[in-house]
Amino acid sequence: MSASNATKMQITDEVIISMSQVNKWFGTFHVLRDINLTVNKGERIVICGPSGSGKSTLIRCLNRLEEHQSGDINVQGITLNNDLKNIDEIRREVGMVFQHFNLFPHLTILENCTLAPIWVRRMPKADAEAIAMKYLERVKIPEQAHKYPGQLSGGQQQRVAIARSLCMEPQLMLFDEPTSALDPEMIKEVLDTMVALAEDGMSMICVTHEMGFARKVANRVIFMDEGQIIEEKEPEEFFNNPENDRTKLFLSQILDH
Amino acid sequence: MTTPHKYVRTKDAPLLPPPATEAGITGWLWQNIFASMADFQSIGAAIRSLFMITFSLLLVYVFFDQTFGLIDFAILSAVWSDPNGLKREACWTVQQGGALPDGWHGACWPFVWAKQKFAWFGPYPSEELWRVYIALAVGTVGLIWALLDRMPYHRQVGVLMLTIYPLLAFILLTGGNSDASLTSIGVWIIGGLAMISVGRVGAAGYLGAIFAETSSVFGIVGWGIIALNVVRGVAAVDFNLVPVGTGDWGGLLITLVVALTGIVASLPLGIILALGRRSQMPVVSILCTIFIEFWRGVPLITVLFMASVMLPLFLPAGVNFDNLLRALIGVMLFSAAYMAEVVRGGLQGIDKGQYEGAQAMGLSYWQTMRLIILPQALTHVIPGIVNTFIGLFKDTTLVSIVGIFDLLGAGQSAVADAAWSTPVQAITMYLYVGVIFFIFCFGMSRYSIFMENKLSKSRRH
Repeated sequence: MSASNATKMQITDEVIISMSQVNKWFGTFHVLRDINLTVNKGERIVICGPSGSGKSTLIRCLNRLEEHQSGDINVQGITLNNDLKNIDEIRREVGMVFQHFNLFPHLTILENCTLAPIWVRRMPKADAEAIAMKYLERVKIPEQAHKYPGQLSGGQQQRVAIARSLCMEPQLMLFDEPTSALDPEMIKEVLDTMVALAEDGMSMICVTHEMGFARKVANRVIFMDEGQIIEEKEPEEFFNNPENDRTKLFLSQILDH
Repeated sequence: MTTPHKYVRTKDAPLLPPPATEAGITGWLWQNIFASMADFQSIGAAIRSLFMITFSLLLVYVFFDQTFGLIDFAILSAVWSDPNGLKREACWTVQQGGALPDGWHGACWPFVWAKQKFAWFGPYPSEELWRVYIALAVGTVGLIWALLDRMPYHRQVGVLMLTIYPLLAFILLTGGNSDASLTSIGVWIIGGLAMISVGRVGAAGYLGAIFAETSSVFGIVGWGIIALNVVRGVAAVDFNLVPVGTGDWGGLLITLVVALTGIVASLPLGIILALGRRSQMPVVSILCTIFIEFWRGVPLITVLFMASVMLPLFLPAGVNFDNLLRALIGVMLFSAAYMAEVVRGGLQGIDKGQYEGAQAMGLSYWQTMRLIILPQALTHVIPGIVNTFIGLFKDTTLVSIVGIFDLLGAGQSAVADAAWSTPVQAITMYLYVGVIFFIFCFGMSRYSIFMENKLSKSRRH
């Protein structure tokens, strides 16, 4: 990471997300238990934990793909409740990248990228296309713009998914295990894209098992288990000096090979 | 002691041409015809092969025999013209009192030519037929234009075909000048506008969160009412055309009117019902489910019979629906229920991630459906949709039960004409009717395959 980029990765005082005493149940199963989390603008947070620990559910609550039953969630000062207007406003400001890309297979790459700017931001088509090309260049696949998602490799598709989210020019990006569905040789190109994004100062919350990525860009690592936040530290401290036994167990399982 | 495994390739293995059984004409014949009948390795396999050979030859024989029989009847042995105006005697054998050799068996086409106008248009007045011709010609050209995406403006033409054309055809065919009162039209339109405004206000969230979600239903119903009453309004204008009641329509004209109305109406209605059935709102979902299950649960004949015979009994005296209109509505609702289930099948095939991807970007429910979900779902179920269309097209023959004469009904009543009474009279007419049905159904089937190929090409996975 070059010095000039590092200076861009500044954390401001502006709070972008605040969750207080958030609880969520799937039926009788208590998936999120007493979640308290504040994220400032410019922060890069990695959430890790064993499967079923509620990591994905947590970030999916932030843009109402899942509904929380108690507690308060504030995104960019907007309260997340049943008001559709608030939900729409939050979704406009928060981009999301999924494990399985969720690109639209019947639209070209360019159409995938321009869809939301045209229909949600009401942008003229030409402007939307210019923005789309800008971000496709940024994820280094402008030449694929007129192909369909099915014609691209997994890594390329995930980069398109990132570009598609960026086209809405969000304040915050959520990544839900973005590399878990990829072949090993394609993980790097996606991580490189995410690192570049972090270096440009994007606030992001990533659910991922890529510990190298966590060390490199995260300013905070959160470990979750059984729906609770167990440990929350700076990466060096987190990896070198885990305190909770569950964190230690988890780290020993994923790092000792 | 075992030798250690060690191997390093120094030279690439050569790329060889495929064996004769894999490529070219021999390969095709081998794979598609002889593969199943050329195994003589064991006694069992040899018996199987011999059986396959015999059976294949038998099938080929039956196929050619039947095809030739049909060609012979319809073309080679057929009587094509009746220059002397003999009518039935033109198709009589010597034994029957005519001029054809005994044992002759062929189509009697002059009978069909004589009944052509009746089979196509029923008792529609001959001097007004030009109106039907115009409607048919505009319809054919417009339809082909809209369906071929190589044509310029094919989308716009498609929109015109769905909006202006039905109105034009309606006025041409009926003559317009209906007796609908301006007051009633006005009241209905105001009602429609009111519903749209309620929907708008509701969508803005002024009437509570639950209502905001259902508000789009008001919009749809409101626009539907307005469209219907614009049609009523235009139909009330006097175009100085001779009125032709639907009782005077018949033949292929009826088949096309019923089938096209059913087709055009059933798809949007079916989509709305399918979305409604999958809705998160229990009331909407239950209502749609009840509607679908009701219409799927009764036979079309019952629907038509109820609409035509029973409905008037429940209506107040003086209120009278057109018989054809009643049948049309029956067919429409009936096929909408079937279409809804086909569409629902497509919707269920769409991955949950597609909804989430669209939602996460801030697209609304209707945007998500229109831009993301429906284009994919409908593409997946094109075969099912066209299947329903074809079924509907053929089911139009059932309107005969309520005294409306479609192509088959008109053909049937033509067959009763004693002036053309010959042993081949009925066969010839049914052959003719069958060919017309086949052309339409096969056309729809081919267009669906064309669409499938086109869409799958652009969406390679």
